[in-house]
Amino acid sequence: MNIKISKNNYGDFGGEETAGGSNAPVNQEAAWPLWEVFIRSKQGLDHKHAGSLKAADAEMAIENARDVYTRRQEGVSIWVVESKHVHASNPDDAESLYEPAEDKIYRHPTFYDLPDEVKHM
Amino acid sequence: MRLHDFEKAFQEKIDKEIKIEPKDWMPDAYRKTNVRQISQHAHSEVVGMLPEGNWISRAPSLKRKAILIAKVQDEAGHGLYLYSAAETLGTSREQMISDLLSGKAKYSSIFNYPTLTWADMGAVGWLVDGAAILNQVMLCRTSYGPYARAMVRICKEESFHQRQGFESLLVLSKGTGEQKAMCQDAINRWWWPSLMMFGPKDSESTNSDQSMKWKIKRKTNDELRQAFVDMAAEQVKLLGMTLPDPELKWNEKRKHYDFGEINWEEFWSVVKGNGPCNKQRLEARNKAHKEGAWVREAALAHAAKKASREQRLEVRV
Repeated sequence: MNIKISKNNYGDFGGEETAGGSNAPVNQEAAWPLWEVFIRSKQGLDHKHAGSLKAADAEMAIENARDVYTRRQEGVSIWVVESKHVHASNPDDAESLYEPAEDKIYRHPTFYDLPDEVKHM
Repeated sequence: MRLHDFEKAFQEKIDKEIKIEPKDWMPDAYRKTNVRQISQHAHSEVVGMLPEGNWISRAPSLKRKAILIAKVQDEAGHGLYLYSAAETLGTSREQMISDLLSGKAKYSSIFNYPTLTWADMGAVGWLVDGAAILNQVMLCRTSYGPYARAMVRICKEESFHQRQGFESLLVLSKGTGEQKAMCQDAINRWWWPSLMMFGPKDSESTNSDQSMKWKIKRKTNDELRQAFVDMAAEQVKLLGMTLPDPELKWNEKRKHYDFGEINWEEFWSVVKGNGPCNKQRLEARNKAHKEGAWVREAALAHAAKKASREQRLEVRV
């Protein structure tokens, strides 16, 4: 599909050009694996999930994570783990997994009514 | 549960402002709309590097060069966040990139306009990034979790983009006669395409209704466009410049600026691939992708070799 068009208002490019789009076949080259990135924002805090990226190996994953996720001093330490190694719970199991906790309010300190005179508790 | 019940439960979640996460059930059209929108958004970040990359080696000072490099690097990162978000919906990076390179996938038409002078870097930052930010701030609250999280990260980084652009124009606006003229010329050329960034009018937009109901979008094209005009019409005064619209006028009754009609013929022409730079942009992307192929392959081969060497060492120990 090659549509010849005339120059538009803003261009300084040629008098006539072909509209964008080629019919190149889908690239079949092997893909880099996906990694999950965890960043510790400062000493004393947990590593927290920051996002994911593609890299050929762990070393490159850390280098890329540094470039992508810590350009503004967001981190002092990086963990990377290949995404395929992350096992996740199934959302369909949410009810059986998490709902039993809902009626166990006695697990929270606010459940217990104590007189105001009790200090430091 | 029947399909209908799933859809009802899904909509109830949306209505209750519960975010949708990758493994949750979602209607096929919701998945498709998000893949389309997120990948288009990612492509826009990637192609958006091209008009600016052109000026890195031509920046007027080391300071401006460093700023521009930082901005372009941010945009590469934003593309990555968004590709990752789209991948959680089951599409692959390779598929998305292939669709971009073949011209099948769209990206924001704004990047099909050329950057002719240095002042364009300022105007792009102020107007183009300014328009993008309005859209992106809204998307921080979009209903699909990974997309919303990517947008939060992007918004944090994006505000410097707009501020540096405005500041750069401010410097030009206080410069020589030639610099002032260059500043006004850039504003003149970027104003209307920036308004087009918000897309067709609400009355013409095909995706808007359902996207609002699913809370993918939370404001309509026209609402966002009006907010942008109201902001820019005031900001331009600080530059001592004007916006190229004789119909731009404060409407006391509406408490908004009235503005002239967009050239929709031009809008659709650029969307359909006939903008001034559509061809260059795609050629540049294709060239970069092709020339980078050996690097991607070499990195994989290196990783495989290193892994097998480590394995051998382990066996020996």
